[in-house]
Amino acid sequence: MNILWLQSAGCGGCTMSLLCAEDPNVMDLLDGAGLSFLWHPSLSEMTGAPVRRMLEAIEAGEQELDILCIEGSIVRGPNGTGRYHILAGTGRSMLDWVRSLSVKAKYVVAVGTCATYGGVPSAGENPSDAIGVQYDGAHRGGALPAEFLSTGGMPVINVAGCPTHPDWVTDTLLLLAAGEMTPEALDGYGRPRFYADHLVHHACPKNEFYEYKASATNLSEMGCMMEHLGCVGTQAVGDCNIRTWNGEGSCTRAGYPCINCTAPEFEEPGHGFTETPKFAGIPVGLPSDMPKAWFMTLASLSKAATPHRIGVNATADRISVPPTLRKPKS
Amino acid sequence: MSETQLLVGPFNRVEGDLEIRLDVADGRVSSAYVNSPLFRGFERMLLGKGPRDALTITPRICGICSISQSAAAARALADAAGVMPPPDGARVAALLHAVENVSDHLVHFNLFFMPDFARLGYQGRAWHDQVVRRFTALEGSALRQATEARAQLLHIVGMLGGKWPHTLAIQPGGVTRAPTARDKVRIGASLRAFRRYLEDTVFGAGVEEFAALSSEEAFLNWDRGDAGLFTTVARDLGLADYGCGQGRYLSFGAYPTNDGPVFASGQWDNGVLSPLDLSGMVEDHSHAWVLGEGAHPERGETLPDEDMREHAYSWCKAPRLNGQVFETGALARQVVVGHPLARDLARRGGVVGRVGGRLLELALTQIEMERLLADIHPEARFMDRVELPREGEGVGLVEAARGALGHWIRIEGGVISSYQIVAPTTWNFSPRDAGGVAGPVEAALVGAAVQKGEDTPLSVQHIVRSFDPCMVCTVH
Repeated sequence: MNILWLQSAGCGGCTMSLLCAEDPNVMDLLDGAGLSFLWHPSLSEMTGAPVRRMLEAIEAGEQELDILCIEGSIVRGPNGTGRYHILAGTGRSMLDWVRSLSVKAKYVVAVGTCATYGGVPSAGENPSDAIGVQYDGAHRGGALPAEFLSTGGMPVINVAGCPTHPDWVTDTLLLLAAGEMTPEALDGYGRPRFYADHLVHHACPKNEFYEYKASATNLSEMGCMMEHLGCVGTQAVGDCNIRTWNGEGSCTRAGYPCINCTAPEFEEPGHGFTETPKFAGIPVGLPSDMPKAWFMTLASLSKAATPHRIGVNATADRISVPPTLRKPKS
Repeated sequence: MSETQLLVGPFNRVEGDLEIRLDVADGRVSSAYVNSPLFRGFERMLLGKGPRDALTITPRICGICSISQSAAAARALADAAGVMPPPDGARVAALLHAVENVSDHLVHFNLFFMPDFARLGYQGRAWHDQVVRRFTALEGSALRQATEARAQLLHIVGMLGGKWPHTLAIQPGGVTRAPTARDKVRIGASLRAFRRYLEDTVFGAGVEEFAALSSEEAFLNWDRGDAGLFTTVARDLGLADYGCGQGRYLSFGAYPTNDGPVFASGQWDNGVLSPLDLSGMVEDHSHAWVLGEGAHPERGETLPDEDMREHAYSWCKAPRLNGQVFETGALARQVVVGHPLARDLARRGGVVGRVGGRLLELALTQIEMERLLADIHPEARFMDRVELPREGEGVGLVEAARGALGHWIRIEGGVISSYQIVAPTTWNFSPRDAGGVAGPVEAALVGAAVQKGEDTPLSVQHIVRSFDPCMVCTVH
């Protein structure tokens, strides 16, 4: 299958993250699955006029297109013209190109939370009037209409994340190449379920602190960051702590909170990214699927039962009290 | 005299969107106009937000200079609060930042710059077959090796920073993860593996031997590793005379530690080095689709011109220092530091100078990363609590891979009332100023050869890519 990759209004970070794919490297990985780039703006040889001719050939139906990957949000400004982002050399807005090329592609993949839902460029006053390819924030209907299906019969596949984990992108492409990607493989926001059916909370090394609501009060402390530091790992989808990033990393492993970057509208949480909003001193926001009354009851009970070790370590920047050793019975 | 115009775009293997308009006369570029065709408006997004949100939002300006943006934001907030991070926290932040810059140099050389020499247009040159094997876009063996070496080097950011890009680990009070003695030995192992890659593959010799080169002639005669393949190409094509610079270089000082930056700050004007002084800095709006008068970034504003007025041609403002154009980047940094090879390369300051400056810095930074790691004490403090003022101003100056990056913040009533960012490529790819003076790349392109029938001239591609532009940072 061939891939045309376009960089719309984003930071290029999902491509840069993609290059971090390992075992094997991204070139061998895609090559081995029969995937090749028709063109990628950071990686291909072709530049300038030949690229314009290739894009025109796709539009004219002379060049088949299997997978259209779009990275970055789609800008509509100023005043609906899309001219805040002209695709260089073409005089046409990226908005126009995305609409025109999407209908030619067998599959359309939105790579990263900018492309899926609008993402960071739509923060604040949304200066460029940025939206996603098939969503505007959490609302279906973006640069492409809500009911859009590519010629392969799929809605836009939303590989959300800011940035995307390299495997989220490569596994999606490999599933497409294997013919294993179906509408049922996507969740309610169009995200591939192979990573979106997990929560960032799963395998978070702070889980024992979470169990007792033993909380960090400042970034770099070891405790759970849900109560004070804005962590929404118990609600955010992603297998970040199961799969890990760049070797053994994840946001919570590095001592800062999950900010829900795989979700629509994560860029505007309504409060500081590293603080938890509270109502009458009680944090707002519950773990996914947890009844509020039970959560409150269990939280107050477990907090009262916090072991000394966990309580002390929660506000330390490294393990200060180790687990008690038990002697074997014999 | 035959005159034509060429429009080059989409200009790929650069970070972000770039379009270049060329006037061509008698087979040479007579003038060039550089357009950064994407406006997102990060400076406006930040208005009214809590100052700490800058740490989450500004790294997302750029997925290749993400830690640079993060470090600049953290420094600006620390400056507003009047604090310095604890020394070990500053060293971890410096190490994270150095890893990113080295990764960027590696991507530039292997994935962005060298593949142009594998083009059919160079078939028949003595070196072409070897370049095709090593550097064909998406296929060459050097690209695969570089990608793997980089991915492994970035494990250091995974461990200390959680992920790359877009870490939140660098804070005004230090860093969010205190490395243990075990972390330190693992990082040491990653650095040793990277040294081995540099020595076996890029230099074909010890990094110290390469870093000891002291003249352009010695560099051009270097014949080992992929660096040697580049110099072979460069000698044959005469690349040293492609895209010469104007001899004015700027560095904000790389990797601030509490003992000062690892690579010093300063400004260089054709042989004269002086201390960095940004009081005479102005961002000119005359040829940018930005409204209002140009100003120093402390007082600057970013109001996009929705009508995209006729005589302007880019979303990029034109930064000038004391009314003059400055170039920034790896070569500039090492010229300011005073490295003899960089100083000699800067006499012409063309394609060879910029690429040579980056290779030199790969070697120098490997040595500095090892030194930074050795000075990290796992028992030390890595983070202090920082209270940000409700009213105040701060500036964060750092060196991204591509050069001088500054963040200027003003806080009023506890929220951001002004945030101005000037990125390295804002300097290098600036449009003309009110005096009609061209930006660095526009000037460097004048005289570039255009062969008959070329609609996307190769010489132009070499010159533009030698700057390693980051267009997403440029306008932000």
